[in-house]
Amino acid sequence: MSATAVIELDGVLLVTIQGELTDQDAIALQHDLTTQVASVGARGVLIDISALEIVDSFLARTLHDIAGSTSLLAAETVVVGMRPEVAITLVELGLTLPGLRTALSVADGLALFGGSIAAPSEGA
Amino acid sequence: MTVTAQDVRDELAEFLRERRPDILRAWSEANVLSHVDPADTEQESAELLAGVVQAIRDGAEGDSGHEGFSAARSVLGTVVSGSRDGARPDLAALKPPLLRLWTEHRRSAGPDGLTEHAVDGAVALSTAVDTLRAVLLELEVDAGLETIRAQREQLTELSTPVIKLWDGVLAIPLIGTLDSMRSQAATENLLEQIVAQQARVAILDITGVPAVDTMVAQHLLKTAMAARLMGAECIISGIRPQIAQTMVQLGIDLGEVATRATLADALGYALRTTGMAVVSDQHS
Repeated sequence: MSATAVIELDGVLLVTIQGELTDQDAIALQHDLTTQVASVGARGVLIDISALEIVDSFLARTLHDIAGSTSLLAAETVVVGMRPEVAITLVELGLTLPGLRTALSVADGLALFGGSIAAPSEGA
Repeated sequence: MTVTAQDVRDELAEFLRERRPDILRAWSEANVLSHVDPADTEQESAELLAGVVQAIRDGAEGDSGHEGFSAARSVLGTVVSGSRDGARPDLAALKPPLLRLWTEHRRSAGPDGLTEHAVDGAVALSTAVDTLRAVLLELEVDAGLETIRAQREQLTELSTPVIKLWDGVLAIPLIGTLDSMRSQAATENLLEQIVAQQARVAILDITGVPAVDTMVAQHLLKTAMAARLMGAECIISGIRPQIAQTMVQLGIDLGEVATRATLADALGYALRTTGMAVVSDQHS
């Protein structure tokens, strides 16, 4: 797990993946994140994969699973910074990851959480 | 006395050297290279003939790669590049005068002049001229392929400009028939620009695409999916009514991808998505 750093920022877990992830790393990440979301009561998880040059089908599925399990814990997962070549490869593999939220950059991703908080208060 | 193949070749080479002026005159009359500068015709015919002599002497009149034909190749190369209008010289016209002169030559050699020996010689001469034609054809095909390659490259460059319409809004106007190479280049270009300009919306405009089949639709979908994975939204615009009908008939489902009839509509939608609004200035 040395390749990833998790920072908590105003109820959002900011996860930066800094090197290639092995399958074990990915499973461990899923486990750790789910545990942390529950213990912190996070409202969002932001996973920055802009440093990843290769995303295989296993990691893609793990990202999808992380999104699924955190949403059960009321935290939305946003994947940010996917590289063009990674995106093309995933689409060619048929892994379009429906339901997974994405954003261009960490700033854009954080704005998504800001927006989703502001919206109900405006309506109320 | 048995006549060997080499004897035939030697005699042919001798005949070609002896009757060179006659042959060249006959070839000039045949008017084969007429569209080249007339002043050069004599010189060019002479080079062709020299190549034929060399090839025949080496017994390689059927081998277009033989060095005897390389001089001929450069002569014919100028012919090909000079005939862009499609008119091409018929080298077959070189054959009859050559064979006529050869027959005369053999007949004058004596009563038994027109033997199998003469036939072998005629076959060799005929093959040599045919090889010249093959060389010309090769050159023409090469020139054609070169043109096609250059134009394809130009097309690829021309077809994929990514245009910035607004901060965070990109458009890529797709023009012409999309084959897999061009569509791939377009996709890569667009995705790279999405990252470079941090664009949140990308508009794929297909106004210039004459027909949308399942392959093109598949490609558009893939591009939209890849953009979504990167965190940008894709809008497909410029869908003409006929194309919309065709797509429904083909059962093409673009899923969640937003579609608009015109680029203007798509831009409006993109601006709303990015929290922008265009307002009239008249009240100020």
